[in-house]
Amino acid sequence: MERHWEHDLEELKQRLLWMGSLAERAVHQSVQALLDADENVAETVLNEEDAINEMQIEIDERVQRLLALQAPMAADLRFLLSVSRINGDLERIGDQAVNIAQSAMRVMRHPQVKPYVDLPRMSELAEGMVRDSLNALVRGDQDLAQSVMQRDDQVDRLRDQLFRELLTYMMENSAVVFAAFELILVAKNLERIGDHAVNIAEDVIYFIAGRDVRHPALDRR
Amino acid sequence: MVSASGGANAVGAKVVRVVPNPAGKAPSEETSVRFRISNLNFFYGPKQAVFDVNLNIPTGKITALIGPSGCGKSTFLRTLNRMNDTIRNSHWTGSILLDDQDITKIDVVGLRRRVGMVFQRPNPFPKSVYDNVAYGLRVNGHQGRLSDLVEHSLRRAALWDEVKDHLHKSALALSGGQQQRLCIARALAVDPEVLLLDEPCSALDPVSTAKIEELMFQLKDGCTMVIVTHNMQQAARASEFTAFMLEGRLIEHSETSRLFTTPRDPRTEAYITGRFG
Repeated sequence: MERHWEHDLEELKQRLLWMGSLAERAVHQSVQALLDADENVAETVLNEEDAINEMQIEIDERVQRLLALQAPMAADLRFLLSVSRINGDLERIGDQAVNIAQSAMRVMRHPQVKPYVDLPRMSELAEGMVRDSLNALVRGDQDLAQSVMQRDDQVDRLRDQLFRELLTYMMENSAVVFAAFELILVAKNLERIGDHAVNIAEDVIYFIAGRDVRHPALDRR
Repeated sequence: MVSASGGANAVGAKVVRVVPNPAGKAPSEETSVRFRISNLNFFYGPKQAVFDVNLNIPTGKITALIGPSGCGKSTFLRTLNRMNDTIRNSHWTGSILLDDQDITKIDVVGLRRRVGMVFQRPNPFPKSVYDNVAYGLRVNGHQGRLSDLVEHSLRRAALWDEVKDHLHKSALALSGGQQQRLCIARALAVDPEVLLLDEPCSALDPVSTAKIEELMFQLKDGCTMVIVTHNMQQAARASEFTAFMLEGRLIEHSETSRLFTTPRDPRTEAYITGRFG
């Protein structure tokens, strides 16, 4: 029996995925702005932040309405709770992209510190994690969500590696301190994006299987 | 080693904070059990209405029975105090133990005193409020001050303040919600161990329903309750354990919080999400 509000649930999912695509694009463009020293692309990221923020509010209102009016249970309830959390993580991903774009605009006024090798790799990993966490939601794929969680260590290692490298550059040449520091911030932003993708993957697993896989160190007896 | 806050202990070993898991489980052997129902099959003549039900009703808790119309919930409920004995050509097989006593070996009047029942439509006797509550006490030959017991029962049913100045008014003059609470008071007067409630709020307005649900919470420690309800939100609000029945069979039984968030059986999921029923 099809319920009259099935359409509302599907629409909500589509809006969330659209927000996800905006956030993903923002991350990609912000890093491209840095790599290509392209101020226009950086500006685009800043201008499109509002669209992501408006979607966060819209999605929260939709969730609230469905919770109040339909008294959802089981998978429907888990879906709405997950959407609400994922919504927040996508908005924060958008914020991180804005931070990267702003760093890019500051960095491009200085000579390049070093060839960009690790930052593109970090970006590719982080973007892939965001994309796959949302694909896991679409496909109901727990294994894909799990794989996102497993990739976080790689992102963290790249951040640490980049930090050590840039620190060395800064110690050797004080003229690069400003630019190097901005690159450290970008690495931190990308690492945070990876963390948000992990959060999304955890919420997807909760929605699909009803298992709360956050904080595995806690002994849930 | 466990600490309240987690981290590393003095020798650097990982310390894990133990968090109680509210995720839910069915009543286990460790939980005190009021009713043990084993292999229950019920027949209306040749027609079987309940098929091989095994269920433990935990003591001092509220257990809800949910399921679509005709699934056997009320039949099952009425079997617990042998109300179905009054139906011609009905019979049942299996075992029902009340505090480990076979209910077929207990005097049926005594059983129904211990296992009281509240019905869907309030059914006060055509007597005064006072006499409705006192009736069971008189019939059971109670010793002691009747008025005190009547007041105690009406207080337990959260009705005393509304009727204390009209105890000798006809019970039929009360509102629907008051009548239902009077029926609960009447059942409570003989100090039952169990209260069976068959859709007790389906004829009541939302305010009366809320009062009955609140009353159930107040009573449950001293009186195990089993409630049949069509209202899933009520089952979710008011019960600690929920059993889902379908076509006479018990499909799933669990802590209410778990059944309504992560049901194990797809039929339970389909029913509670409104995809059928």
